[in-house]
Amino acid sequence: MASFLNRLFGRARKGSGATAKNRLHFVLQHDRINLPPERMEEMKREILAVIVKYLVVDQERVEIALEQRDRTHSKLVAEIPFAKEKQQIQMEARPETAGTDAQTAESNGAVKSPLAADEEAAPKDESNDSQDAEPVAEVDEASATAPDADAKDNKKN
Amino acid sequence: MAGKVVTISSGKGGVGKTTATANLGISLASLGKKVVVIDADIGLRNLDVIMGLENRIVYDLVDIVEGRSKLRQSMIKHKKFEDLFLIPAAQTRDKMAVSPQDMVKLTDELREEHDFILIDSPAGIERGFRNALEPADEVLIVTNPEVSAVRDADRITGLIEAAEKGPGRLILNRIKPELVKKGEMLSSDDVVDILGLAIIGIIPEDELVLSASNSGVPVTLNTDSKAGMAFNNVARRLIGEDVPFMNLADDAGFFRRLARLFEGW
Repeated sequence: MASFLNRLFGRARKGSGATAKNRLHFVLQHDRINLPPERMEEMKREILAVIVKYLVVDQERVEIALEQRDRTHSKLVAEIPFAKEKQQIQMEARPETAGTDAQTAESNGAVKSPLAADEEAAPKDESNDSQDAEPVAEVDEASATAPDADAKDNKKN
Repeated sequence: MAGKVVTISSGKGGVGKTTATANLGISLASLGKKVVVIDADIGLRNLDVIMGLENRIVYDLVDIVEGRSKLRQSMIKHKKFEDLFLIPAAQTRDKMAVSPQDMVKLTDELREEHDFILIDSPAGIERGFRNALEPADEVLIVTNPEVSAVRDADRITGLIEAAEKGPGRLILNRIKPELVKKGEMLSSDDVVDILGLAIIGIIPEDELVLSASNSGVPVTLNTDSKAGMAFNNVARRLIGEDVPFMNLADDAGFFRRLARLFEGW
């Protein structure tokens, strides 16, 4: 009943106001980092071209997107799923961390690429939920150095 | 006395900076504050006509800066308020006639004897904006619930923060509650969410604003005006009062009230 009334009296979110909000979100993301959408697409193509030189990934499902909490906290978030049947290649692709038992057990097939970040530094968004069983690599600016730190820890161990 | 310099800016033109400056000046004066309003839009002076003081101008901002007139003799006293003064922009010069340092020097002098110095910034992000920004203790960003105005407000917000004058506070001008309700206009929540700024004023669209500018009597002086009341509230928030936002949806008509009746279901 309530939702019917909402619709009847126009309180549900629709109309050009919502369109304006979505368009503004998009345009401001690009304004704020001073990178127009076309250049962003170009960059994505280049990033992907580098990755496929080293890894077999599911190119259809690659997502590289700008994520912004507010003006000063934005990051580039990449979701680069591996192609399903290429387990072997993924294993080879892992850096020094591949040897530790704990990580092998934990990863359970969902192996991180050398580019992968530690989990705390790479907050998940809703889009990850739909494919959390899939192998996924994430990259973001806050954690680009994380693999090095991991490697050092492992050497100490 | 250490007066406060408040700059009113927007990026985009025509969103209501000058109207906001004039009305805040009047409201602050009616709250007993000593106020100077400065028109920093050199070459396109307008604050004088909005305040109804255009025929009293003798000297202007550039005359003061270039030493042709003393500060006191250049300030135009408002007809109604003893402690409200206007420093008009020069009409025949361009923005390069004044530097940001000139503005700092001028406002430092004004701070000694006034509570508030309001600067009406020109549109754009060039020299005129820099002039208005440099002496600011606080910046108010005026915008409309409209994509181009919000985008420009965001741009200016970035520049304000880069100049370490931020965060600015937002005045959302010309909102139409009926359109927001229909989903055909950005709401104040939308704009706050998009810009990530605190909001200090929500001003409803009001035909009386046009009548006010026609007659040169700012709309806050009209007690029937909702926009006038909203500007008055901004002034009170500016001096630190905790004023609740007006419930603009309340004049929603019959159907809204009917919907409310059914809300419990």
